Amino acid sequence: MSIVTVQLGQCGNQIGFEVFDALFSDSHCTQGLCSKRENEAYRSSCKERFFNEEENGVPIARAVLVDMEPKVINQTLSKAVQSSRWKYGQRSCFCQKQGSGNNWAYGYSVHGPRHEESVMNLIQKEVEKCDSLGGFFIIMSMAGGTGSGLGTFITQNLQDQYSSSLKMNHIIWPYGTGEVIVQNYNSILTLSHLYRSSDALLVHENDAVHKICAKLMNIKQISFNNINQVIAHQLGSVFQPTYSEEGSFHYRRNPLGDLMENLVPHPEFKMLGVRDVPRMSENSLAYSTFTWAGLLKRLRQMLISNAKMEEGIDWQVQPPLSRLPTLGKRSLSEQLRFNTSIANLVVLRGKDVHSADVAGFKDPALYTSWLGPDNAFNVWTTQRAFSKYEKSAALVSNSQFLVKPLDMIVSKAWNMFASKAYIHQYTKFGIEEEDFLDSFTLLEQVVASYCNL
Amino acid sequence: MEEGVVNEILQGPLRDVFDSKQLITDISGSGNNWAVGHKVFGHLYQEQILEKLRKSAEHCDCLQCFFVIHSMGGGTGSGLGTFLLKVLEDEFPEVYRFVTSIYPSGEDDVITSPYNSILAMKELNEHADCVLPVDNQSLFDIISKIDLMVNSGKLGTTVKPKSLVTSSAGAFKKRQEKPFDAMNNIVANLLLNLTSSARFEGSLNMDLNEISMNLVPFPQLHYLVSSLTPLYTLADVNIPPRRLDQMFSDAFSKDHQLIQADPKHSLYLACALMVRGNVQISDLRRNIERLKPSLQFVSWNQEGWKTSLCSVPPVGHCHSLLALANNTCVKPTFMDLRERFTRLYKKKAHLHHYLQIEGMEESCFSEALSSLSALIQEYSQLDATKSMPVEDLPRLSVAV
Repeated sequence: MSIVTVQLGQCGNQIGFEVFDALFSDSHCTQGLCSKRENEAYRSSCKERFFNEEENGVPIARAVLVDMEPKVINQTLSKAVQSSRWKYGQRSCFCQKQGSGNNWAYGYSVHGPRHEESVMNLIQKEVEKCDSLGGFFIIMSMAGGTGSGLGTFITQNLQDQYSSSLKMNHIIWPYGTGEVIVQNYNSILTLSHLYRSSDALLVHENDAVHKICAKLMNIKQISFNNINQVIAHQLGSVFQPTYSEEGSFHYRRNPLGDLMENLVPHPEFKMLGVRDVPRMSENSLAYSTFTWAGLLKRLRQMLISNAKMEEGIDWQVQPPLSRLPTLGKRSLSEQLRFNTSIANLVVLRGKDVHSADVAGFKDPALYTSWLGPDNAFNVWTTQRAFSKYEKSAALVSNSQFLVKPLDMIVSKAWNMFASKAYIHQYTKFGIEEEDFLDSFTLLEQVVASYCNL
Repeated sequence: MEEGVVNEILQGPLRDVFDSKQLITDISGSGNNWAVGHKVFGHLYQEQILEKLRKSAEHCDCLQCFFVIHSMGGGTGSGLGTFLLKVLEDEFPEVYRFVTSIYPSGEDDVITSPYNSILAMKELNEHADCVLPVDNQSLFDIISKIDLMVNSGKLGTTVKPKSLVTSSAGAFKKRQEKPFDAMNNIVANLLLNLTSSARFEGSLNMDLNEISMNLVPFPQLHYLVSSLTPLYTLADVNIPPRRLDQMFSDAFSKDHQLIQADPKHSLYLACALMVRGNVQISDLRRNIERLKPSLQFVSWNQEGWKTSLCSVPPVGHCHSLLALANNTCVKPTFMDLRERFTRLYKKKAHLHHYLQIEGMEESCFSEALSSLSALIQEYSQLDATKSMPVEDLPRLSVAV
């Protein structure tokens, strides 16, 4: 089954390019460490999911590019063409001349309705090229105006028009300190609306990825390209093909569906985070060897101690001995030292993957009381190595990973809202104080639900 | 409203850039009288102006904003210029109005400039989306600094040609002849940098409509103090370019501001950093972290930074920075203006020149004065919150 990607705004389009590039490079990588037959099955599965084919054999990404001003899309298209390995469809873009001004209300209430028909038509065309539609992957940022506002509007439309198809929104959380001053308003409006219309929210935080670039990859002058490449690598390690039940040479057909089934058992809990090991600069890679035991131990500790990367992991944190509620009120930080999970998915790729022991993830103490590890934990594997890493493991987790960041955003937005600063910019386009209050209420609910796991 | 300046442009090197049909001139000028510019010429030329505006607008695929460039102290720029703002608002309500206003310096030779400025301020308060105040004294100080550096004859202080923010030509022009050219070049660079992200590609673009969205938290508080760095680049290759971080520090020093203001010691409501050239997100973040502790931001906008990265640097530089600050440091400029106005108004000096114009009454003056006072009051109220501790407000509590 195929996945149609919708890239929205500057962030969405910049990341989208890196994602397709990473998927393509990996599927054509010669260091797969597996048989030719295996490699071909892998490549063909990747192609089915993410690429179409032109007459002359050049793969075309199954993507729709949307932005309200032309510069980024033009750049993205030409970068793809320049790579001369794959490209975007010539008529897969929708562009206007004037951006959304970092204004969620403008993206949602003005651009949305105005361009609804054109954008949905483009998506429809892309869907028709698929033999079988697995679902939508929508890449957007929360901080700006187009990705956040228009992205939300389009997602709602997808829910109406393709009600039986799955939608996963890939959301970029901005740096805590200013990329955009009104980013917290845009964020809460986006998250609250998407919570009602999307099936899952897969989150990447700029701050966390920035630290990975700095500490693990030793990049001195970190650019957005570096950041986006790390994100693309993580997404690739989740979405590239993995075995179905039949094992070798047979790859699962419906990754989005399987992911949702495994990770989103309850509509109140939709927030997913990604972690991966190992992670280092390419220079160091050649000199490193890994064991599955070592990788999985680190990954498990990252999960339970809520570490964003594999450096500075707190090994003191252990699962609680009893699951009884404690007396008295605990502070948010106390409550979250141990990260309780609702569901986890581990994706293992590479040499000797069948020997990897994931028992550590099946400990019931890691999970909430209402879902046991038999249902809450799943593992996907393939022998085919990913992107030059002899062994790699990724974790997609529906857990308390995002409570603190979410709480922070709500808190900052609330403080600003109390002073009514910038509100006139939103009411100008039809988003009233009521809408803000609704958003706050919904998100406080989400925070509370996750906290009380 | 007089022909001299426009004619000079039409005969100069840029004559082909301007469409000669899009020019409006009169003969005698406005006599440094806001009322003449606003009421008399406004009325007289309204139709013509509208017609030419519509014509220009038709040529645009997508009209995003108007730049109005004028001085506050004279008659035409101040009076007719602010009249235009109202026309633009009525005719093109969805198009942003950015105004670059030259405020009169302390040693201004136009006696009635305080009247003109205050009357114009009221219009700016009500009809502009964003105002970038500039004053001649600051521009002159910047030039003097550059001159001093360039003429000091110190080793390695030859400036790279074309990199001077004061001149677009390679060679120096004699100061005595045309001092204003150099000063105006600085303002030109300001507008260049403002629009760079809209004209060139970058990893974090910033359009003009984002400036208003992020830097104007309340409609009346739309005055942005600007600073440009670097002002020049040294030509000697052996001397390493001024460190990147120095560029950021300079942007916050009061010597680089385009009005007499000290943002570092006042309260920030919001700040935008527009970077051009070979600068990446990590450089930006490092410098924000470094400078943040020494700056005071209003309690509800502690992280009030808006940033943009444009890949293309200005000619002659490898990187540059434009900082726009919505900061209470504009207050002294306004208070000073009010002071000078009051001194004249108390004595009713020169008032008759204004009152004899049809449509002008004393109430125009008193209304303009109270509009300015209200604005100053808002800034004062914000200043009062400066040293108060920042507390988190109680949140909504939900049933689980």
